[in-house]
Amino acid sequence: MIFAAKGGHIGGSLSSVDILVSLYFHAMQYDVAHFADFAKRDSFILSKGHSVEGLYCILAKAGFFPEVKLAEYGNFGTMLYGHPTPKVPGIELPSGSLGHGLAVGVGMALAAKRDGLKRRIFVLMGDGEQAEGSVWEAAMAASNFGLDNLVAIIDNNNLQISGPVDSVMRSSPLGAKYESFGWTVREANGHDLSALNAAFDEVPWEKGKPNMLIAKTIKGYGASFMENKAAWHHKTPTKEELDQAMLELDRAAEEI
Amino acid sequence: MSEPAVSTRHVFSSTLLEAAKINSAIFAISSDSKGSVTMDDFEKALPAQFVEAGIAEQDAVGIAAGLSKSGKRVFVCGPASFYSARSLEQVKVDVAYAASDVKVIGISGGLSYGALGSTHHSLHDLAVMRTFPGLGVFLPCDNYQTAAVTRYLSANAGPVYMRLGRSPALDVYAAGCGQSFMPGQAVTLREGTDCAIIAAGETVQGALGAALLLEKEGIKARVLDFWSIKPIDREAIVKAARESGMLFTVEEHSVYGGLGSAVAEIVVQECPVPMKIVGVPDEWVPSGSPKELFDYYGFTSAKLAATIKAGLKAKGKR
Repeated sequence: MIFAAKGGHIGGSLSSVDILVSLYFHAMQYDVAHFADFAKRDSFILSKGHSVEGLYCILAKAGFFPEVKLAEYGNFGTMLYGHPTPKVPGIELPSGSLGHGLAVGVGMALAAKRDGLKRRIFVLMGDGEQAEGSVWEAAMAASNFGLDNLVAIIDNNNLQISGPVDSVMRSSPLGAKYESFGWTVREANGHDLSALNAAFDEVPWEKGKPNMLIAKTIKGYGASFMENKAAWHHKTPTKEELDQAMLELDRAAEEI
Repeated sequence: MSEPAVSTRHVFSSTLLEAAKINSAIFAISSDSKGSVTMDDFEKALPAQFVEAGIAEQDAVGIAAGLSKSGKRVFVCGPASFYSARSLEQVKVDVAYAASDVKVIGISGGLSYGALGSTHHSLHDLAVMRTFPGLGVFLPCDNYQTAAVTRYLSANAGPVYMRLGRSPALDVYAAGCGQSFMPGQAVTLREGTDCAIIAAGETVQGALGAALLLEKEGIKARVLDFWSIKPIDREAIVKAARESGMLFTVEEHSVYGGLGSAVAEIVVQECPVPMKIVGVPDEWVPSGSPKELFDYYGFTSAKLAATIKAGLKAKGKR
């Protein structure tokens, strides 16, 4: 998809795709055919909107739109923009500018509490995104309102465009920061599906507190030459690199 | 025309409360602004439909968008200066681009914070808000119109920015006059074909007063209330240009990008006639009360009438 479109946020898509697999094929309640009826389902917001390529693949797999549509990515006029928009079935809000998703998630979780709905709201953020001040306004509000139906996940691959997150603008210790904001915090290997599934199954982790899962991930996971390289934040693989990545991913799939 | 006892803020909050009592999907959000918006009664009467976001406008607008995507019609209320700047990106992305059912209510807009200075003035809000596709931009001028537009917003979905003032505004529309307001439709307050004065919000009053003064000198000015800055009434602009031959716009806003610009964009393309844009020039505003500033910038009836006379003379129309 990114190869054909000659551009895309490939590194972050690969670091977060296992989290999306756990959410869409294990943790979240939703019915593709009745998606408009939000009261009976969970919601997901991709606050790190640049990882949209992974989300498109997951949504197609889940049946929100035909998988052949993915080939339109990068074409003029396609619904598949380089960042999420509600034009895409299964996506509720646009994102792309960082630091927006958590506040919107707070609004959704607060509405669910006021309406007595069981639904849960999942928000996926980046670790570089934690430098946005609006994230912390929302973090404060989530705990102030006691939103234990809100689950935030940080894709903690420790790399952003300019280099390692902690050398660009130190965000660690993330867990201690969120704890001091009144959240209940867990860490998990963001590529270990059973660990992710177990964490999401146990929500709420503490009554009256919003949930923060710090998912330890590897940028470019699954393609050895991309892993942990900031250069792969937004980059198009060559034909050789694509073949190499697909070979490695196929091999990994066989091992599973 | 008399000065009413309450401001448009009070009229907005009491009208919203009445609508929210009937429709439990109507929510109000404050950013430590419930006192200035006069939302105390709303919070007391309907605590389950009220959210206090603290001093965090970005968060307040994001929360509003989240509530709206959960079936609520959300009024996020606070100073226009902050909502149109600090949380501008949330208004762009989470409200307008997301087509959320959120009404951003900017109170104490324009120069109405007076001597508090430019941190608190919103003289840029119309310029930025009207560039977001799908976002309505409304500027009621008095209590009657504020109540009517608030009722409209309470009953209709979609993203809107509405700016209100701070002090009681003189009545333009008499209570019980029956005038209705539809987005995209300007109201002709006075007929005239010597020139047309196009105003919005609290400058409408001065425009009417100027027209009265001009009439005494034999100049008949049409007065148009452009409370709906977006969608804008193209037809009324073209008609006024063709029939009067010269347009004057007057706004409590920078002369860049506001009502005057919106009118000029249509005039230059469809019916070029001479125009004069009366507003706040490209400068930081001096210290003064709103009344003093209105006089300083020429929004009062007398100053506006003088500007119009000079403008007509310069163009050889008088």
